[in-house]
Amino acid sequence: MSVIYILVIASIVIAGGFLAAFIWSVRSNQFEDQEGSAMRMLYDNELQESNNNKS
Amino acid sequence: MPDIALQRNTIVVQKEIEQRSPVCYHCGTSCASKAIRIDEKFFCCDGCKLVYEILDRNGLCDYYKIEAHPGLTQVKPTRNDKYAYLDSEDIAKKLYKFTDGNHTIVTFYIPGVHCSSCMWLLEHMHKLNPAIIESRLNFTKKEVTIHFRKEEMSLRSIVELLTTVGYEPYISLEETEAKKQSSFDKKRIYKLGVAGFCFGNIMLMSFPEYLSSNDSIEYQYSNLFRILNMVLVLPVFFYSASEFFTNAWVGLKQKMINIDVPIALGVIIMFLRSIYEIGTGTGAGYLDSLSGVVFFMLVGRVVQDKTYQSISFHRDYKSYFPIAVDVVTPEGIVSRHLQDLKEKDVVELHNDEIIPADAIVVKGRGSIDYSFVTGESEPVTVDVGQALYAGGRQVGEKLTIQIVKPVAGSYLTSLWNHNAFSHNKVESDKKNSFINVLSKYFTVVLLILVGITGVYWAFVDMSKMIPSVTAMLIIACPCALLLAVTFTNGNLLRLLSNNGLYLRDAFVIEQIGHVGHIVFDKTGTLTEGSSEYKLSGDELTEVEKAAVFAVANSSNHPYSKALVSYFGNKPPVEVNNWQQYVGKGIEAFTDSGKVQVGSATFIGVSEERYNKNAACYIRINDKVTALEITPKLRQAIPGVIAQLKNSHKLSLLSGDNDRQREQFLQLFGSDSTLQFEQKPVDKLNYIEQLQGAGQKVLMLGDGLNDAGALQQSNVGITLADDVNNFTPSCDAILDARRFGSFPGLISLAKSGRKIINITFAVSIIYNVIGLGISMQGLMNPLIAAILMPASTVTIVLLTTGLSSLMVKRYDLSLRPLTKT
Repeated sequence: MSVIYILVIASIVIAGGFLAAFIWSVRSNQFEDQEGSAMRMLYDNELQESNNNKS
Repeated sequence: MPDIALQRNTIVVQKEIEQRSPVCYHCGTSCASKAIRIDEKFFCCDGCKLVYEILDRNGLCDYYKIEAHPGLTQVKPTRNDKYAYLDSEDIAKKLYKFTDGNHTIVTFYIPGVHCSSCMWLLEHMHKLNPAIIESRLNFTKKEVTIHFRKEEMSLRSIVELLTTVGYEPYISLEETEAKKQSSFDKKRIYKLGVAGFCFGNIMLMSFPEYLSSNDSIEYQYSNLFRILNMVLVLPVFFYSASEFFTNAWVGLKQKMINIDVPIALGVIIMFLRSIYEIGTGTGAGYLDSLSGVVFFMLVGRVVQDKTYQSISFHRDYKSYFPIAVDVVTPEGIVSRHLQDLKEKDVVELHNDEIIPADAIVVKGRGSIDYSFVTGESEPVTVDVGQALYAGGRQVGEKLTIQIVKPVAGSYLTSLWNHNAFSHNKVESDKKNSFINVLSKYFTVVLLILVGITGVYWAFVDMSKMIPSVTAMLIIACPCALLLAVTFTNGNLLRLLSNNGLYLRDAFVIEQIGHVGHIVFDKTGTLTEGSSEYKLSGDELTEVEKAAVFAVANSSNHPYSKALVSYFGNKPPVEVNNWQQYVGKGIEAFTDSGKVQVGSATFIGVSEERYNKNAACYIRINDKVTALEITPKLRQAIPGVIAQLKNSHKLSLLSGDNDRQREQFLQLFGSDSTLQFEQKPVDKLNYIEQLQGAGQKVLMLGDGLNDAGALQQSNVGITLADDVNNFTPSCDAILDARRFGSFPGLISLAKSGRKIINITFAVSIIYNVIGLGISMQGLMNPLIAAILMPASTVTIVLLTTGLSSLMVKRYDLSLRPLTKT
């Protein structure tokens, strides 16, 4: 049953990883403009094409 | 192959368009004529065509592929040197976010942003000018951040470029004053994240505690779990819950018991007792409840404090004024910051500019649109030597004026010095809010009960005193009440905004609940921007109509434009000797003879033909016809008034003359008060008078002329055709398209109080049971642990369920409006 020590530590570390990911995403403004990103991806392709044409 | 099919398709579509009245390729408004065109694309005006040409030249026509007709109508041309003041480095500096002398970052608020094409174009600004390094749009905030090389391109040319492609940025004095970024909201999100993380883990590790009995194998591990819980609760107690402690402390310092006091007390007691139990090995404590309470409280507050990022509720007169004006000095024309404007300064005022301060006309003839200040919808003609008041808008030719009063002392701004603006409405509202009043009694009663129990057990059984007293404080923690309030308010805020009513904050819901008297403004609120036109007098033939159309089409005067839109499309007629007499009318010769359009004196109208409703007259040869313009009522008005009449007292205040009195009397009925020719101060005084009689007033207005009344009233709601436009300072903004559901929205906001009461009653039952058990000293951690989350879940479900039910009942929609 002492495996429980490892399990508990592992579960807390993983959950802590998610907490860190959450804080990082808020800090890097990923929740600032939710509508914008959805639209920006619509013309991502076309943007690359024009870059390729240039080179 | 598909290309051919596509082409054929477009040809068909274009043919269809040609047969119908053509629609502007850029902005989608229907074109008055087919004169402005490039290939098969029609434009409503030269402005739209210009934008198309610029985009076409730079290979940016994908703009039109992402959405059909994405542009904004360009009929309002902007003056060439409107942004000349940005050349002054002092002003420009205030707008820079960052600059190292060359590389500069600047952020503009662009109200016109509305679709994905807008985003596409604004993020391709670098193709229009290579000096722009990068531009990025925050769609939610409608803010574009532009990186550019200052040495190659000035700030002014950036703004002008934005303006030419149709995205004129909004630059105001307020923005140039230091802008505060609220990091507060983010902090709360972090706290919530931490609390959620700890809460989940503590719950998981508390499992064995509830499942195991003393002799099972798992029991040996329980000490490990308890210590882990103890560690996990530390960030919750010291970080996440910190705002409850500080709020409670601030309240106590002001000798006020707010809702945070009993919560802070409960959390501290839980924490201390848990340390004691775990330290002595007598129990597991209440760590799961503690972190749960903190987590749910924070969720409630985050939900309630939802903000509308692109809407601004706090604006004073400064937002309406330009940043700088053109001052005539011996050295020539200098653009000067509004703050530096002095008495006796001579200012040049161009078409469509706002008068910055009270002044007199020195040169030129003014046609001033005071609609925003007074509510009077018709422009006023002003001659040399006559006085002008700040806030009016010049329509027409260039005007030279001399300032007679400083900006801060003008008639318009003096409204802001009124008492209504000096006290902080928000703060005083919050002090008397339902929850703060209630929590005062709650805390006092709780402390008395705790005292009695403590004294009782001190005499009967000393050993039971501490456990029963602490259990009481834990159970009675008013989190149920607070949750009921925050979740109900948060949910209502969301539902109301889905239906087009945007509240400043949750306290406005409570204020609406008390409203008994609703005051309407007329111009712009009950009436739409557009008008109904009617010709009365001598009948005109088609040929004559075409002649009048051709003559009026060359003028920019509002009445001429009204005539043009009234006639619609007419065949072209040759016009000779076209002349405009400012303030009088226009005159020209056509094949049908001499055509005159203008005022009664200009036309020379005889008395029997005089029409008191006429806006202007048309004379063609001997025929005289009057053009009547009546502001069009919003469609939903009759229904809205009829519904509100039953439950509220109604009043109408109008800055306009009483031409429409009869019409409104019919609508409002004889119980209501109708007052016309009301100055902004009169409106404010009327509201004060009603409040003096003990009534709670809701004011629905739109313009600057209502600003005082909106501020004075208990709830000031601004009606806006575009919620992102500039509205006076107010408590809420109503989307004009949803005006029809206004009565339902009011009822929904009012039902908030009922929902809170019901949920609160339910939570009281929980509390009474819990308190009853713990007063007898029987409470054990297991029951407490079950009661806590159970009451929380019940409350959240109850409040969301009830408010959705109310939404259905008042015929509103649960989902947000579609954007178009």
